[in-house]
Amino acid sequence: MSDFLKISGLHASIETDGGAKEILRGVDMTIPAGELHVVMGPNGCGKSTLAYALAGREDYEITSGSVAFKGKDLLELEPDERAAAGIFLAFQAPVELPGVNNANFLRTAVNAVRRARGEPEMDAVAFLKAVRAATKSLSMSDEMLKRNVNVGFSGGEKKRNEVLQMTLLQPSFAVLDETDSGLDVDALRIVADGVNRLRGPEFSALVITHHKRLLDYLSPDRIHVMANGRIVHSGGPELAEKIDQEGYAAFLADAA
Amino acid sequence: MPAVTETREQIEKLGQSSYKWGFETDIEMDIAPKGLNEDTIRLISARKEEPEWLLEWRLAAFRAWLSMKEPQWAKVAYPPIDYQDVHYYAAPKKQPGPKSLDEVDPELLKTYAKLGIPLHEQAILAGVEPEEGAEERLPVAVDAVFDSVSVATTFRETLSKAGVIFCPISEAVRDYPDLVRQYLGSVVPAGDNFFAALNSAVFTDGSFVFVPKGVRCPMELSTYFRINARNTGQFERTLIIVEDGASVSYLEGCTAPMRDENQLHAAVVELVAMQDASIKYSTVQNWYPGDENGKGGIYNFVTKRGACRGARSRISWTQVETGSAITWKYPSCILQGEGSVGEFYSVAVTNNHQQADTGTKMIHLGRNTRSTIIAKTISAGKSDSTYRGLVRMMPKASGARNFTQCDSLLIGDQCGAHTVPYIENRNMSARVEHEATTSRISEDQLFYCRSRGLSEEDAVGLIVNGFCREVLKELPMEFAVEAQKLLQISLEGSVG
Repeated sequence: MSDFLKISGLHASIETDGGAKEILRGVDMTIPAGELHVVMGPNGCGKSTLAYALAGREDYEITSGSVAFKGKDLLELEPDERAAAGIFLAFQAPVELPGVNNANFLRTAVNAVRRARGEPEMDAVAFLKAVRAATKSLSMSDEMLKRNVNVGFSGGEKKRNEVLQMTLLQPSFAVLDETDSGLDVDALRIVADGVNRLRGPEFSALVITHHKRLLDYLSPDRIHVMANGRIVHSGGPELAEKIDQEGYAAFLADAA
Repeated sequence: MPAVTETREQIEKLGQSSYKWGFETDIEMDIAPKGLNEDTIRLISARKEEPEWLLEWRLAAFRAWLSMKEPQWAKVAYPPIDYQDVHYYAAPKKQPGPKSLDEVDPELLKTYAKLGIPLHEQAILAGVEPEEGAEERLPVAVDAVFDSVSVATTFRETLSKAGVIFCPISEAVRDYPDLVRQYLGSVVPAGDNFFAALNSAVFTDGSFVFVPKGVRCPMELSTYFRINARNTGQFERTLIIVEDGASVSYLEGCTAPMRDENQLHAAVVELVAMQDASIKYSTVQNWYPGDENGKGGIYNFVTKRGACRGARSRISWTQVETGSAITWKYPSCILQGEGSVGEFYSVAVTNNHQQADTGTKMIHLGRNTRSTIIAKTISAGKSDSTYRGLVRMMPKASGARNFTQCDSLLIGDQCGAHTVPYIENRNMSARVEHEATTSRISEDQLFYCRSRGLSEEDAVGLIVNGFCREVLKELPMEFAVEAQKLLQISLEGSVG
């Protein structure tokens, strides 16, 4: 199935005080099933906007283009329907939910998604078992489950909490938006392990990053360079090495 | 159509039909003529076979009421109430209702199911009539899961074995006149305020609780209350007395939308806690709030006050207010006993055109008295919500402390939230702290939840429940779960 995820001519803009500002200017990208793709690019080139557009954030208006996911028109779906369909976004800045218990949030999310997928809901015991196994694999303490969602979490804890959610929700397509930023090398490895455990013929991922380091643990299939709201260059894993050494200058010239 | 709209329509339908059928038969027997005068009060008192002192007490309240003006300071607006256009006495005899749950509108039952209310209680709430020959006081369909008549009897036995008195206040007037006479009006005097005076003049029934020295009430009075107390009318009067070292937890109200034909409600609740006594009073109020255009709905003007008379006594008010078109309510504590403690935990939700002006008064009289106020206000739609609170440290309240936290959450851009704290400190050693925040449900939070598979309404419910957690955890366990669902149902349709 070559068109597991197919983004075609995607344009998106955001409302600002000075009127609508176009951020994505025709993104084309195809991610086959089972592959891990990477988007790199200078700050402000539209990487996070692409991530939000795929997850369905409303303040980004899709002005033209299409996204097909497993043959479905992804842009027609509400964010929660996308989650049920198998899309997961690991946030660059995970949001705090004061007063909302982390375990309760996870279970609500897992069961909402299971319901929508026509799977039986998990009872408290089954969930506890699943979540314990997941936290252990991520070297997280169970104490984090008792705290409120992301409230008072360190940067690293927040990112790990995202990977925990991803592990439990079992998406078929995950977008990781700079999940590696601000992580020490141990945490980085844990996050990469979390992604690698999901990998298989039915799982694809789009990893947004600035650093080659995470890619060393992920063995990506393809690297895309984004500039000025477009994919300006794509290539094999060796591209990351080139960017790491030479920067984006060569690609930016093309994009202008 | 959101469930809450459906429910309202069901309730309205029930309300209208009952009004149509209710008062046509045997009018002279069942209902006093409209209007309020001394004759009405004499009639109420006579119908209830009250002693002379109580009649005199009512009349004194009525005369005080005549000279009083309706308070105007609250931030609520409503058309003038014609107090002469109200029936002040109607016998609790009802028109024929449905015979079993099979005859009750399925939509209403759906709402009950959403709230997780047990079947036998659903029957009571929907006004299912008893089969002929069944006991009059407990009109429960015999096809319910179990026979709650026997359950209620068991409750009564458990309570009386412990020495706890729990009965309708009209029964208490008859059976325990000395207790009622000693305490009635001792916390909220008959002429305390306009609505309390009105209540004192015309109250028809309510609950009476007496917990003797050293007794911990063996059960939450909520359970019993939910099965028994209904049709207590629009002028409810509650009196709870807890003696030295005794304690009780009492829950008023119900998460389910109650059918109710009365628009004006003016209840009075009085609590008395003696030395080392503790009273936990929880309220879940979900009366008809009016339709989306602000038509109809209950006016809820309540006076609730507790007196911590003894040293180290404690009174804790917890309220979840989601219903009524207008809420005017300030559960208060008079902290007289040395080291006594007053607490107020409140969640007030307004949606559509609802208006709420609610808060508390903590009057610190004794040394080392302490009070805590946690008030959470959620406004949606075109509603308006105000927290109004008074903390008063009197000259003898050395070492007294208060902590107040008021948080407002706004949903949408057409609602309002206001915080009006009054602080009076006449003792240099007393300490008062006040914190207040106002925020919106952020798009970030909503999107985060939705990207994890939660529907918009589930996401709002989760965020709102998180916002209210500090208060909800104070509710008795069984009601905390219902209250969480209730918050969500109350806000259905408020986003998007």
